[in-house]
Amino acid sequence: MSDSMQTLEQHTKSEYKYGWTSDIEMDMIPKGLNEEVVKMISAKKNEPEWLLNWRLEAFEIWKQMKEPDWAKLNINPIDYQDIIYYAAPKKQKKLNSLDEADPELIKTFERLGIPLQEQKVMAGVAVDAVIDSVSVTTTFKKKLGELGIIFCSFSEAVQEHPELVREYIGSVVPRNDNYFAALNSAVFSDGSFCYIPKGVRCPMELSTYFRINAANTGQFERTLIVAEDDSYVSYLEGCTAPMRDENQLHAAVVEIYAKDRAFVKYSTVQNWYPGDKDGKGGVYNFVTKRGLCAGYQSRISWTQVETGSAITWKYPSCVLKGDHSKGEFYSIAVTNNHQQADTGTKMIHLGKNTKSTIISKGISAGFSHNTYRGLVKIGKKATNAHNFSECDSLLMGDRCGAHTFPYIEIENQTAKVEHEATTSKIGADQLFYCTQRGLSDEDAINLIVNGYCKEVFNELPMEFAVEAQKLLEISLEGSVG
Amino acid sequence: MLKIKDLRVSVEDTEILKGVNLEIKPGEVHAIMGPNGSGKSTLGFVLAGKDDYEVTSGSIEYMGQDLLELDPDERAREGIFLGFQYPVEIPGVSNSNFLKMIINSIRKARGQEELDALQMLKLLKEKIAALSMDVSMLKRSLNDGFSGGEKKRNEILQMAVLEPKLAVLDETDSGLDIDALKVVSDGVNSMRSSDRGFLVITHYQRLLNYIVPDYVHVLIDGKIVKSGDKSLALELEERGYDWIKPEGSTVPA
Repeated sequence: MSDSMQTLEQHTKSEYKYGWTSDIEMDMIPKGLNEEVVKMISAKKNEPEWLLNWRLEAFEIWKQMKEPDWAKLNINPIDYQDIIYYAAPKKQKKLNSLDEADPELIKTFERLGIPLQEQKVMAGVAVDAVIDSVSVTTTFKKKLGELGIIFCSFSEAVQEHPELVREYIGSVVPRNDNYFAALNSAVFSDGSFCYIPKGVRCPMELSTYFRINAANTGQFERTLIVAEDDSYVSYLEGCTAPMRDENQLHAAVVEIYAKDRAFVKYSTVQNWYPGDKDGKGGVYNFVTKRGLCAGYQSRISWTQVETGSAITWKYPSCVLKGDHSKGEFYSIAVTNNHQQADTGTKMIHLGKNTKSTIISKGISAGFSHNTYRGLVKIGKKATNAHNFSECDSLLMGDRCGAHTFPYIEIENQTAKVEHEATTSKIGADQLFYCTQRGLSDEDAINLIVNGYCKEVFNELPMEFAVEAQKLLEISLEGSVG
Repeated sequence: MLKIKDLRVSVEDTEILKGVNLEIKPGEVHAIMGPNGSGKSTLGFVLAGKDDYEVTSGSIEYMGQDLLELDPDERAREGIFLGFQYPVEIPGVSNSNFLKMIINSIRKARGQEELDALQMLKLLKEKIAALSMDVSMLKRSLNDGFSGGEKKRNEILQMAVLEPKLAVLDETDSGLDIDALKVVSDGVNSMRSSDRGFLVITHYQRLLNYIVPDYVHVLIDGKIVKSGDKSLALELEERGYDWIKPEGSTVPA
């Protein structure tokens, strides 16, 4: 092996930096999944009957379905009866301020770097922090409330805005959409709800930090964002998880509903525990994310930076139903050691003059495998649809793999579909050039990787972009020198 | 400052340098000339510490230390600069960001304070103007989509801001028109000083009209077969390399 190869290898052999367990008293129900468990979850959340029935129907659907056949993923069988489907920090009486919150919890937030207090005001970020399924604090609600914006936990929305939840839940991702969407619909514990009224431009970035925290607890988050005509919102989701030996299942559902001229920007930084260097442990991340551009000139933009999880299976998608609507997908997926990622997007063009853009950057290191899988579908009535796709893969070392599977289905001859794909190795020449100018190997690699990802970083909100760059460095760093 | 003794270098089991001896003192400009494939670029890469260039015997002493013990970045911080024949493109990395990083990395190594954004801009603008370059090149991706001439000027710009002790310039003249050649040469000449050494690698004598060397060495088939002053370069221009070739040499003219 040449020196530069060794350098790359050392560089990419670092350990997960966010692994720890915090000691918060948990309220759990026993392992396993059956109708009783579904009822118990619903009862614990004090849900109305229609929602209980909705869950039970989903459970019936799920039982009829089969686990997907993993195309490019190598997955240990999941024992769905060996998972705890609900864990919440023990409820205390309602808190008036953060001072009343569990100090352990606050510590956890601080270690995560979540600026829950004054910093938030300065940063202009309202945070709905979800720790193990139940929202603990929701901030800025008042300020948002004045504009008619609803931003709260999903459970809260069920209690306070049942008519909205009932109207939109499952409207973008139906319960029978796929195996994990059905599972989530049956047992979802909590998540976030966001409603932007007509003509309102949300003045701040909305963000939610998800965190898996109880051993052996699957996470089944559910997020629903509804944007009325002429509204705008930028939503951030970021996560890190503690170290675990057992695989943890995470099957979230995110639904976005955008009406006429509404623009929803959804950004994710995902850094769950990827397993150790030998591929032991790590989170299984099977997420269904979809946005519906329901109206004229609706626009939905997904940006994701995926560095964590042992296995990622995720295709944030846009259904471009409204005429002149627009879908965007910007993605950086990093895999290292024994991680596997199968991610991409689906752009379903149904309306006239619809437009979609896909920019995907995969980075593979170690023994990992990184797959881009994307579907561009142009329906019969989608006259003058236009798609541009660019899928790049970067390999670090020679034992990892990158795969690209672009699927294109065109039923309308006026469509214009462009696809570009490149695969490159992080160049020994690039590395040498940088080190010849005095940069350390580590700095050189970070510089090259950041350059490669720039197009996607540019789509992230400023403070998130900085965080994402750091994360990328951590994910790929090691003991060089 | 640089002492190369009986240096033998192989790349993938093929011996390229077959016993090179060369000494450069501070303030001197040495030119290495030779036909294609004679090992000129290899010498530059070995001095800079590139992978895959295996030193099988001999030694390189630089400023009193064993150069071969140092990694490429350490050599750079010790003041060795290699101007690349083919500068590498790094998409997405802005030229200005790269320049800032390398300047501060070298300054730090020298125990100097890092420059802040304003000082940096001032320095860069000054050097860019001296090289008749356009400031807009700072915003472009490093060497990405640069013309041949722009790349070479960019190399000289980097040299100018890093102020190395020993600059190795590998075919800096290739791909330059006469105006660019003049600008680049002026850039190099303005940096000549009593404490800085230059090793100028070139195929043609033309460059040496502008950068006038103190010594000229002819490298053929991995060995320095003749050394002299600047007049040797003129002689080579006139007579080619054939007359100087050792018996049995396989190198094409």
